[in-house]
Amino acid sequence: MNRFVRLFTIGAALVFYCNICLAEDMVQVKGSDTLINMVQKLSEIYMAKKPGTAIAVTGGGSGTGIAGLINKKCDIANSSRQIKSSEVEDANKRGVDPKRVVVAIDALSIIVSAQNSVDKLTVDQIGKIYRGEVKNWNEVGGNDLPITLYGRQSNSGTYDFMKENVMLGEYSPNLKSMNGNAQIAEALKQDASGIGYVGVGYAKEASGIKVLKVATKPGATYYDPMNSIDVKNGKYPITRPLNQYVNGTPKGAVRNFIIFELSEEGQAIVEKEGFFAIPGEYQAYNDQTLGITGTVRDDPMRPKDLGVNDGIG
Amino acid sequence: MAKHNNFKEKLIHGLFFLNGLLVVIVLVGIFVLLVTKSLPAFKEIRFSEFLFKANWNPTATFVTPSYGIGSMLVSTLMVSIGALAIAIPLGIGAAAYLSDVASQRVREIAKPIIEILAGIPSVVIGFLGIVLVGPVIAKIFHISNGLNALNGSILLAVMALPTIISLSEDALNSVPKSFQEASLALGATHWQTLVRVKIPAALSGIIAASMLGMGRAIGETMTVLMATGCAIAMPTSFLQSVQTMTATIAIELGEVPYNTTHYYALFGIGLVLFIITFIVNMISDIVLHKYQRVLK
Repeated sequence: MNRFVRLFTIGAALVFYCNICLAEDMVQVKGSDTLINMVQKLSEIYMAKKPGTAIAVTGGGSGTGIAGLINKKCDIANSSRQIKSSEVEDANKRGVDPKRVVVAIDALSIIVSAQNSVDKLTVDQIGKIYRGEVKNWNEVGGNDLPITLYGRQSNSGTYDFMKENVMLGEYSPNLKSMNGNAQIAEALKQDASGIGYVGVGYAKEASGIKVLKVATKPGATYYDPMNSIDVKNGKYPITRPLNQYVNGTPKGAVRNFIIFELSEEGQAIVEKEGFFAIPGEYQAYNDQTLGITGTVRDDPMRPKDLGVNDGIG
Repeated sequence: MAKHNNFKEKLIHGLFFLNGLLVVIVLVGIFVLLVTKSLPAFKEIRFSEFLFKANWNPTATFVTPSYGIGSMLVSTLMVSIGALAIAIPLGIGAAAYLSDVASQRVREIAKPIIEILAGIPSVVIGFLGIVLVGPVIAKIFHISNGLNALNGSILLAVMALPTIISLSEDALNSVPKSFQEASLALGATHWQTLVRVKIPAALSGIIAASMLGMGRAIGETMTVLMATGCAIAMPTSFLQSVQTMTATIAIELGEVPYNTTHYYALFGIGLVLFIITFIVNMISDIVLHKYQRVLK
């Protein structure tokens, strides 16, 4: 009898908690490893301010996030790259209409071990290194040491962004594919011969590594991704928007959370997490996605018309 | 009353028959799924190219995508065989110790501990590979990092050990007592009896245990994904980064657009993997049966 009482109590408690879960506004956020810490922080602060909303942030890579949005497994897809036209087609086929919001600006940072004597590279040199054409540090002004390539797995938006905007070619087959930004930073701490790339938020907090200065071409000025003025002026060559994709014009809890992310307070958190606040052009773009100015732009894939440095091309 | 019992009996028989059948259905179902899902890939990829070329790059944008899994096949075999090379001697040694040398008390403590080893999640072992085994390998071989095939082999050896030890011990224990007594009576020492009589008599059981351990190693995913560095180039030594077939499926299946050649090719890798583990398990089963017959 005692056991029945206990079982009944547990059952009742479960029903009670489930009711709470259902009563709350659940927002599922999924995708980019570059954005995860920042969005996690934003969601924690937002949830503390707005009890009744539950936001779950998970990773898996930009490709996984966008696939989740297309398969309706998440409400917001974090993505460090832009959605591909094939993905838009796939989404439309399933009745999903991906809309883009830019939540932060990232200066993709090229990092090496703290022991490496090289402290600057041109975009062309970075491309050659990752394509496997330059194999030794002495070819780019360093010691005689073979280069070990660290990068991300193919489900990563950063992997695609590097390939399409910096390398302009295919990765060397010797690339070590790591699981996330933190794993790359950790590997470079130990490997004196390594080179890697991470979001600037991760470059700032990691220790035992060196962040390289980058120039567009030989003879041009080298800029530091951690200098917020150079990044915001668009002088640092490898900057990119960090995006969130939603299905259609966002409503309800999703919309409220996005508005919080884009607010002054939200953008202050973005900067505190090591990334950069979005400039005015993107704010106007986001307003359109959110339907704030009335007309909603149909094509979410045209950042270049906005006059913001969206890569290096 | 008797009739009622008879019915119950039949019902239970039927139920167990269904349970047995279910396993077969699941196995056949998996096989059929893998074949039907991977067949479309071979409309676009030549089978020989898929199996023997080492140029896997299905997400290529600047060149045409290529789907050769040769380097992954080699990587998987390298890591598994490396694991066996480490685990078999250790496993046989431990099994011989447990069955012949250890006191009853030690055996009672050691056996459950070995079984617990089998229960450690593979992520935890992979993590050890990154923070412990990797740096040690880098230091010993004077290389810049320890994310390579050797690292994977060591970790998989640790994971295959429990299977190999407990099955080998069973095999050693089932060698008839008379063999051992005859050997000792002829004046052989304890060591000679163990090495020249008991282990050869239990050999087929030990081989079967090793094959099962290999089956486990080939299919393992998370550990190798974390510890082997995941580079797609054809490996030429154990100190190079490798990417196994399981790691490729785990990395790419989450984001691949459905019903594309890439998607079907991933199922193709699954099929190859299934066939390899099936053969390995089959061999171990045949060897095991043969040895049971011989001893009877």
